[in-house]
Amino acid sequence: MSAYNFAYLDEQTKRMIRRAILKGLAVPGYQVPFASREMPMPYGWGTGGVQVSAATLTPDDTFKVIDQGADDTTNAVSIRKFFEKTAGVATTEETEMATVIQTRHRIPEAKLREDQILVYQVPIPEPLRFLEPRETETRKMHSLEEYGLMHVKLYEDISQHGAISTAYAYPVKVSGRYVMDPSPIPKFDNPKLEMEAIQLFGAGREQRIYAVPPHTRVVSLDFEDYPFEATKANHPCDLCGAEDSYLDEVIMDDAGNRMFVCSDTDYCRSRRKAGHQGRMATEGAA
Amino acid sequence: MTPLLQVKGIEKRYGTRIGCTGVGFDLYPGEVMGIVGESGSGKSTLLNCLAGHLEPDAGQVIFDTRANGPVDTLTMSEPERRMLGRTDWAFVHQHARDGLRMSVSAGGNIGERLMAVGDRHYGDIRDKAIDWLGRVEIDGTRVDDRPTAFSGGMQQRLQIARNLVTGPRLVFMDEPTGGLDVSVQARLLDLLRGLVREMGLSAIIVTHDLAVVRLLADRLMVMKDGHVVESGLTDQVLDDPQHAYTQLLVSSVLQV
Repeated sequence: MSAYNFAYLDEQTKRMIRRAILKGLAVPGYQVPFASREMPMPYGWGTGGVQVSAATLTPDDTFKVIDQGADDTTNAVSIRKFFEKTAGVATTEETEMATVIQTRHRIPEAKLREDQILVYQVPIPEPLRFLEPRETETRKMHSLEEYGLMHVKLYEDISQHGAISTAYAYPVKVSGRYVMDPSPIPKFDNPKLEMEAIQLFGAGREQRIYAVPPHTRVVSLDFEDYPFEATKANHPCDLCGAEDSYLDEVIMDDAGNRMFVCSDTDYCRSRRKAGHQGRMATEGAA
Repeated sequence: MTPLLQVKGIEKRYGTRIGCTGVGFDLYPGEVMGIVGESGSGKSTLLNCLAGHLEPDAGQVIFDTRANGPVDTLTMSEPERRMLGRTDWAFVHQHARDGLRMSVSAGGNIGERLMAVGDRHYGDIRDKAIDWLGRVEIDGTRVDDRPTAFSGGMQQRLQIARNLVTGPRLVFMDEPTGGLDVSVQARLLDLLRGLVREMGLSAIIVTHDLAVVRLLADRLMVMKDGHVVESGLTDQVLDDPQHAYTQLLVSSVLQV
């Protein structure tokens, strides 16, 4: 433990990141450039999220990491261990208990509280990137609020697929001003972006931090005749029977049998503990 | 009548070299102005200065805006100028690739300006796109095809549709028929002439093709080495050229 400064990064770096976070909170949805450091993990594995978490954590915090909703996947386990080792903070798998939650591609099903912080790992922070490759131009479009192009993408979706087929990283407008990429969360999670907890977004490779303060209006972009829809697999969870949670589809065998399970493992576990049972739940599986 | 566009003393230098200098003219509503000259004479520089793509070193470009009357577009704030660029102004590039989004369908290309000014009804946008495809003689069934699947002439017509869909009052065209074969050129010119008359557009057309200006332009400016050497009514300039360079230009046209 003593071999590392608290939470791996040096204090100057953490101050620099905190300044970017504060600016991000002051201008909701605006991408604040920051001097991203090299972290002991490859780009694309959450270097942005890890730096934001490192700058946010205090010794009293309880830390939780999820990857696609799960606490027990490689990315989640290694980042949790990283902070256990370098910060010595308490960690948990229970959403309720955590004060800082780092996430990749999901928002937990349980409602988050005012005293919690949700940190997202963001691969590509620029929602206009695939439409306009020039950074100089996208920055200008943000500053002048020229967002017609974002709707061109949705138009293309409808003209090709008959519906808005963008299913994740669905663009939102934050506080009536900036169009923001909510990181690749499923659009099922978009309505949850208006929450009581602080949401921080870190993109390490792209060197950007942005934020959504609590109780901020977040609107998913759409057309009048093709309104936004939060979608999920039309199925209850096969383990806990939940009908309101986002589901993973798991292929069971070569015969094409499959099951649907909550992608939020903590939500599923706590429901089974409370006695809920799905179609494939076995006795004592929880 | 207030001129739609008043240009006064435009000058653009590239270091010590002159791009164009001392250019001034008035353009009235419904009028089409042609600018001809050889390569490097400064005509594209001038057009880009007028359209706000380049910042001139001196001069004024006063546009008669709908809301506030005549305003110098060079001292406008950038959001205002860009707003003008996608509502009252249109710019047709020589190469359709510069003016189109090649990875977006024809309908999306036409709809972009509509969505940029706040249209949020998919059905309406699509209807307008199909209507405009028809007006530029592209089959409505191609609305979901990408411009990459279009011929050069069709791409150019699509670019024109994309620009005119918001009903602009002033169109800048940079060699709109360049690189097209003659039969396609003729149809495109025919179409442009129809649209200009029908919509009462004002246009500034830069070209080195005298036949194009003969067909489209009411007035003509001849440029040489960054200076305007002669200007006047198109027929007058072409039939009775006064300046030595204009005489050379007119006599250089191949007779078939």
